[in-house]
Amino acid sequence: MPEWEPVIGLEIHVQLKTRTKMFCGCVPGFGGEPNTRTCPVCLAFPGALPVPNETAVEWTIKLGHALNCRIAEHAVFHRKNYFYPDNPKGYQISQYDEPLCVDGSFVVPGPKGDSEVGIVRAHLEEDAAKTIHLGGATGRIVGAAHSDVDFNRGGTPLVEIVTQPDIRSADQAKRFLQLLRQTIVELGVSDAEMEKGTLRADANVSVREVAETGYRTRTELKNMNSFNHIARGIDAELRRQTEVWESGGEVVQETLDYEVKSDTVTPRRRKEEADDYRYFPEPDLVPLEPDWDLVDRLRAELPELPGARIRRFEHQYGLSYYDAEVLNGSAALAALYEQVALDGVDAKAVSNVLMNEFSATGVDPGTVDGTELGKVIAARSTIPREAFMRALAESGDPEFKADTYLGETLVDDASELEPLIDRILAANPGQVASYKGGKQGLLGFFVGQVMKETEGKADPKVVNELLRTKLS
Amino acid sequence: MLDTLRLTAEEAQGLLERGEVSGGELRDAYRAAIEARDEELHCFLTLVDGDDNDGVPIALKDVISTKGVRTTAGSKILDDYVPVFDSTVASRCKAAGLQLLGKTNTDEFAMGSSTENSAYGPSRNPWDPERVPGGSGGGSAAAVAAGLAPWALGSDTGGSIKQPAALCGNVGLRPTYGTVSRYGIVAFASSLDQVGPVTKTVRDNALLYGIISGRDEYDSTTVDVPAVELPDAQDLKGLRVGIPRELNEAEGIEPGVTVAVRRAIDLCSELGADVGECELPRSVEYGLACYYLIAPAEASSNLARYDGVRYGLRVPADNYYEMVARTRDAGFGAEPKRRIMLGTYALSAGYYEAYYGQAQKVRTVISREFADAFERFDVLLSPTSPTVAFRIGEKAENPLAMYLADVLTIPPNMAGLPGMSIPCGLSEGLPVGLQLIGAQFSENMLFRTGHALEQAIGFDTVPERLR
Repeated sequence: MPEWEPVIGLEIHVQLKTRTKMFCGCVPGFGGEPNTRTCPVCLAFPGALPVPNETAVEWTIKLGHALNCRIAEHAVFHRKNYFYPDNPKGYQISQYDEPLCVDGSFVVPGPKGDSEVGIVRAHLEEDAAKTIHLGGATGRIVGAAHSDVDFNRGGTPLVEIVTQPDIRSADQAKRFLQLLRQTIVELGVSDAEMEKGTLRADANVSVREVAETGYRTRTELKNMNSFNHIARGIDAELRRQTEVWESGGEVVQETLDYEVKSDTVTPRRRKEEADDYRYFPEPDLVPLEPDWDLVDRLRAELPELPGARIRRFEHQYGLSYYDAEVLNGSAALAALYEQVALDGVDAKAVSNVLMNEFSATGVDPGTVDGTELGKVIAARSTIPREAFMRALAESGDPEFKADTYLGETLVDDASELEPLIDRILAANPGQVASYKGGKQGLLGFFVGQVMKETEGKADPKVVNELLRTKLS
Repeated sequence: MLDTLRLTAEEAQGLLERGEVSGGELRDAYRAAIEARDEELHCFLTLVDGDDNDGVPIALKDVISTKGVRTTAGSKILDDYVPVFDSTVASRCKAAGLQLLGKTNTDEFAMGSSTENSAYGPSRNPWDPERVPGGSGGGSAAAVAAGLAPWALGSDTGGSIKQPAALCGNVGLRPTYGTVSRYGIVAFASSLDQVGPVTKTVRDNALLYGIISGRDEYDSTTVDVPAVELPDAQDLKGLRVGIPRELNEAEGIEPGVTVAVRRAIDLCSELGADVGECELPRSVEYGLACYYLIAPAEASSNLARYDGVRYGLRVPADNYYEMVARTRDAGFGAEPKRRIMLGTYALSAGYYEAYYGQAQKVRTVISREFADAFERFDVLLSPTSPTVAFRIGEKAENPLAMYLADVLTIPPNMAGLPGMSIPCGLSEGLPVGLQLIGAQFSENMLFRTGHALEQAIGFDTVPERLR
């Protein structure tokens, strides 16, 4: 049996969170009563004309910089013609052979080194309206008894990012998308939430034998609305294609939907596919020729991006790849980490606390005063556990001060602890016998009992010593 | 008693300013003229009763969106369509105090040269009701010629302002592409469509152009426009006048048209202009063919929005695709259907490069050829239409013959150039139009030249049968 190599490319759509739509002044609509965020332009009334949203253009350039793209000096909007009720003009304004951003690359750091994915293009277009097809078996327009259209979403700025077929596994695709999502969120241009549809991804999938140089027929995989579904969908399609080739068949080019329940892919009905979009330059708009000072300024203003920051954390703070990745799960958490670590608190300890106890509290890291939190983390072994946990939980309060918790001290006076320990040992003769019979692990049980009785204020070091002495 | 046949918009404005007439009286006079003559001429598709403004009345071609006033574009598919917004030109007319008389007839979606393609029947030429007023803006041109409106707006893609002005004996300006907003104009071919004034005099034309032109934030293809100068010079001293051979000797130009145009050219010399010949070989040879690839291609896309989903006609059916097909079949007339087919074909995969792509390249060649001519000349002259007004029905069954009506107006349109038609005499008792073509943004020069010639020619714009 030959060994098969997956060849995967992604097409990602990102809804920009601009204040207004791509070509009109309407507020883009996630939520809102259906068809209330509309105007003659986004409803395609006769004579209405598009006017490009300058912020959307700027943000696309910004995103293009983050993807290491070349920004075009001359980009053109094209009309993509097709009939569908979500497309009121009968064409979508998109970009075709002269997109705004081209020839980029995106580096995804990993535990075993970087993987680089080429970016073919990132272009700007408008989103379609939302359609709901009722009364049919498939939920699609063919066979539906009745269709509703909500034009609130129609005309929302959308960036389409197309990668090279550089991805070699479903897991790599997922990691790429997760880092891309975080990059987009940190740029502040989109919420990029798959469940809300502000980030959507389709996959172009094919397989070839290892060492084969050309590409085989690919299929396009749609209808995946979480990172996990994307990975599972790609895996399902890779399995299917491998089986087809191994059984002597041929993969045909088609569009497939991933069905989560059955973990299989099913072909889309061809009737819904338009074969010829009859692209031509949009005569209602002049070509985009970005001001070069603006392009340079946007490049200069680009913040450090999460991919690069992960690597820096590893080097600068001596963290493992895993820790660096988790701490960079959000820009705010990463910033909080740096504030604490740079205050001189042990880098590894800070990382442990932030990744575990702190994250468990659900406190927004962006609201925490790192200097105060750092003092608490530095004192974590000299204050009661209960006080420490309370401090983490309250660290997001505007009045949060370390001193509130540092005043609380541990009970380390043996004379105070001894009677308590004696009482606990007396109350648990069975456990004492087991311990003495060799079950050393029961020490933790006795420590726990002491902590419970003292409400966490006993010094664990002293308790441990006393227990060992008394049980020996 | 106001004589609407002779009253110019400038004079009407003067009467209003001096308090010699009220806005209501002006309106009543035009309404009376409409009552008297529009049954025969069929210039108006919709009349407006009462208007908040009391300035000089105006008529608008029915491709110009007017808030609350039905706008059909001459099509059954928009039969009951009432815009919820004003086009920029309509709102600028309102802001200038002009009162709307009504909406004028047009070939369906401005596709035609005679108004015979209007779903509401043709308009008739006030000089001879057996003949067409030209098109697509025949309703506006005939209304101005017959004194049913002091002035009007038209829209011009291949010649729809200039050619009807020529056939009805009035002044029509197709301005430089980008000087007048297209926002709210029912689109035919977006890279060519341009709104402009139809008037009795060149001065009226300049006044109305001043009202409607200028950058518009709702149309990103518009630009800032030089301040409009009202012309009053009587001579053409120092003006360099070019006579493009191909535009003056094209096949199909009637001898009577040539005679009238030659006389106007001779007048230019007498008025002090330097007249010389020039050539536009490729513009004339390829202009029409190029136009009939680009305009239908854009139209096929622009007309896709008429799908029965949101407004206008809907013919119900079992499913979406069937509903769209039936709606479009019932709503569109033969000419829009023909152009949608042509345009869809020209844009199709495998044909794009040979047709639409090639036509765009030729368009660049045409622009360059004109630019070269304007190195040597300030203005180029030719007939506007190869013929005078033709009989209703004469060309209706032959689309190609009809397309040739625009053979002389299309080349400068392809280059985005401004062009004006002024009446320069009669042939067989019917008006002949002189086309003045300028470089981009040279509208002031066109007004100056047109005004001096107009004075020298002394054409009586009132149709003989109505005098």
